[in-house]
Amino acid sequence: MTVSAAPRRKLRFQIRPIAAICLAVVLFWAAVALFAPLLVHYPVGDMVSYDYFGPMSKEYWLGTDYLGRDIYSRLIVGARYTIGIAFVGLILAALIGVTLGLLAAAFGGVFDTILSRAIDTFVGIPNLLLALVIVAGGGSSIPILIGAITIIFFPGCYRFTRSMAVNVNALDFISVARARGEGNFYVMIHEILPNIVGPIMADLGLRFVHIILLLSGLSFLGLGVQPPNADWGAMVRENMIGISYGSPAVVVPSLALASLALAINLLIDNLPQRIRDQLE
Amino acid sequence: MTNHPKNTGDTLVRIEDLRVTATTDSGRKIEILKGINFDVRRGEVLALIGESGSGKTTIALSLLAYARSGCHFSGGRVLLDGVDLIALDEGSRQKLRGNKVSYVPQSAAASFNPSKKIMDQVVEVAEIHGILDKAAARTKAIGLFRALSLPSPETIGNRYPHQVSGGQLQRLAAAMALLGDPELVVFDEPTTALDVTTQIEVLKAFKSAILDRGMTGVYVSHDLAVVAQISDRIIVLKDGEVQEAGETEQIVGAPAHPYTQALIAAFEPVEAEAAGSRPASTAVLEMRDVIAGYGNVKSDGKPHIIAVDSVSLTLQRGHSLGVIGESGCGKSTLLRVAAGLLPAASGSCILDGNTLRPQVSARSKDELRKMQIVFQLADTALNPAQTVGNIIGRPLTFYHGMRGAEREKRVIELLDMVRMPAQFRHRLPRELSGGQRQRVNLARALAAKPDVLLCDEITSALDTVVAAKVLELLKELQRELHLSYLFVSHDIHTVQSLCDEVMVMFGGRKLETFAAADLHAEARHPYTKLLASSLPTLDPTWLDNLQQDPELVRKFAHA
Repeated sequence: MTVSAAPRRKLRFQIRPIAAICLAVVLFWAAVALFAPLLVHYPVGDMVSYDYFGPMSKEYWLGTDYLGRDIYSRLIVGARYTIGIAFVGLILAALIGVTLGLLAAAFGGVFDTILSRAIDTFVGIPNLLLALVIVAGGGSSIPILIGAITIIFFPGCYRFTRSMAVNVNALDFISVARARGEGNFYVMIHEILPNIVGPIMADLGLRFVHIILLLSGLSFLGLGVQPPNADWGAMVRENMIGISYGSPAVVVPSLALASLALAINLLIDNLPQRIRDQLE
Repeated sequence: MTNHPKNTGDTLVRIEDLRVTATTDSGRKIEILKGINFDVRRGEVLALIGESGSGKTTIALSLLAYARSGCHFSGGRVLLDGVDLIALDEGSRQKLRGNKVSYVPQSAAASFNPSKKIMDQVVEVAEIHGILDKAAARTKAIGLFRALSLPSPETIGNRYPHQVSGGQLQRLAAAMALLGDPELVVFDEPTTALDVTTQIEVLKAFKSAILDRGMTGVYVSHDLAVVAQISDRIIVLKDGEVQEAGETEQIVGAPAHPYTQALIAAFEPVEAEAAGSRPASTAVLEMRDVIAGYGNVKSDGKPHIIAVDSVSLTLQRGHSLGVIGESGCGKSTLLRVAAGLLPAASGSCILDGNTLRPQVSARSKDELRKMQIVFQLADTALNPAQTVGNIIGRPLTFYHGMRGAEREKRVIELLDMVRMPAQFRHRLPRELSGGQRQRVNLARALAAKPDVLLCDEITSALDTVVAAKVLELLKELQRELHLSYLFVSHDIHTVQSLCDEVMVMFGGRKLETFAAADLHAEARHPYTKLLASSLPTLDPTWLDNLQQDPELVRKFAHA
């Protein structure tokens, strides 16, 4: 008997141009965040120019801020804080939310009811308020920020995963697996998860944008990343008055924030049809 | 445009070289209709018959100048009274729909708005097109309800869709289509979702309405016997092409095209050669006084809604027991009880002499292995994210601890057993046809090396020819592997051709059990006789000659 090798599966996706552009933007920012130390021109906290709110120039590509620091360098390092914190927070929230959501769907019954109602209470508290309380209580440090993001965002992941998983759980192939005698964990991981992983990834993308906006909001209030470091939200706050001088100092981080948020949103809106079908 | 004289017999619809193309996800173009030509004469009923994917519904919808999303007309003409519908703009098309051409859908239940009263929905057509005022439309609707022999025609319109039965709703959908006095009515499988006893009522109502009004109709169906009752001419379709066209008598009596011949051959019931003649052996599966249902358990220990009520059965080793009954009779629940997916409230299930625990989780691996369940819809019974190899391989690993090359080898053997090539193990379920999926579904059950297969309507969702092949395969497997089948179906033909014994269920109870060969014996329960007589035959005069006791129909049919 001949045993032929599995043919390589071609991804038969029709990629839309807008999705490709957005993907490029997202990858660009990810690369910037990763390689930030190699890209900066000046140390982040150093005042390098006497000209505050200086214009774009050869030395200072994106101008200088209200203390005469190099905006370009601060933007690059800011990307690291903004994207890094949001990403780690997202991964933690997703791990907790998706795991609990799958457990709730596979076990069902009283377990599901208690878990769902308990997690629903989290959803009742406004995001920013909860973040303020956590940061006020724990002080503003990067671990606390990540923890706050995890607590705020895992209920959403849980609810999304559970609702998708419950739908899959009602299908016949799950009945077949259960009639075969499979345990809940096998059903969770091998039967349910592969069928909902696409929509979950898309949902996480949207949540990432929400996290970045929340983080920037916190920084804007002075509770996010502390000086002399800054994420993009903090940079907007610091340089707010620069807008009346026509300085790029406030426009640049705002544009960076907008470009990333928009790119992720549009990317998800223009996902290949096959993943979108699963979403609906 | 010329004015055609409106005499019976002249052409109302002419379809010339109609082509419809669909664009897939990956941008590939698929021709659904590859140049269709036919005429419909005024006053005749033309049937379009073919299996799923043959393009019959696409043709039917083109008569309403409609192409489903993703499809577009890529050529040809659809002439209604000399006007090319495809060339019309969207506004003129809307004026046409419901007014000149109307549509009776397959699932009336899905087509009615559940939050509006039936009458308001039926007369909507008249309002949209401004044909009749409200009072006149209502009077006309009541007349149509009477013509379609609906009960209490004056008041049925005041109900909501969920307050009438499926068969009634289907007739109400027909009333909706007829209200605007259309020149052409398109019936899209209007009786396919109905039980056989209900189907008769609906067919009779349709036929008399068609005859009374001298209607022109296009009747789409996959069921040759139903079509034989109602149509004047039949067009046989396959893969978007016309295979054969002719008068009904010719098509069912003397089909010329090989495909039509295959269709008709698949329709003829094949008596199980060994039916009843095989000696009774030992019982492999026994169920005793099983009571099961859904909802909270009441104080007497019974569930709130009882779906299976004190049913006992015995399945002999190597034999097949068919369970027949109409939707809601508890036949599928019985299988779920046997498999342990729905624990019985009381009664016992005995496999190979061992009494099984009611819950699947309390049964041993070996007990589970001996009994495998196969579901009706292979689309949902196969995990869309797993390859065929993994789907079939999992029971091998789970029950027999096979891995790697050993497992791969066995998967190939199993695929061979269900007559599928070995390369198919790399495919995903969506890359298979309906019949192939059902074979994979079977192969997965066989992988466990079971003694008993619980089959839940496994051929019902398949096309006639494909279903016949799957039945043939089941018989061969039974011979080779000495399997026992508990075979649930609503179709007497299927059960008769496969099973040794037949059990009839109604309203959760067992009515009787008998050898399959004795189906037409005089001693049968009246309901069994009703079921047997309700199954349409290829004889075009069957419906007109059908004699059924109205008392019996009232008692058992859900129409």
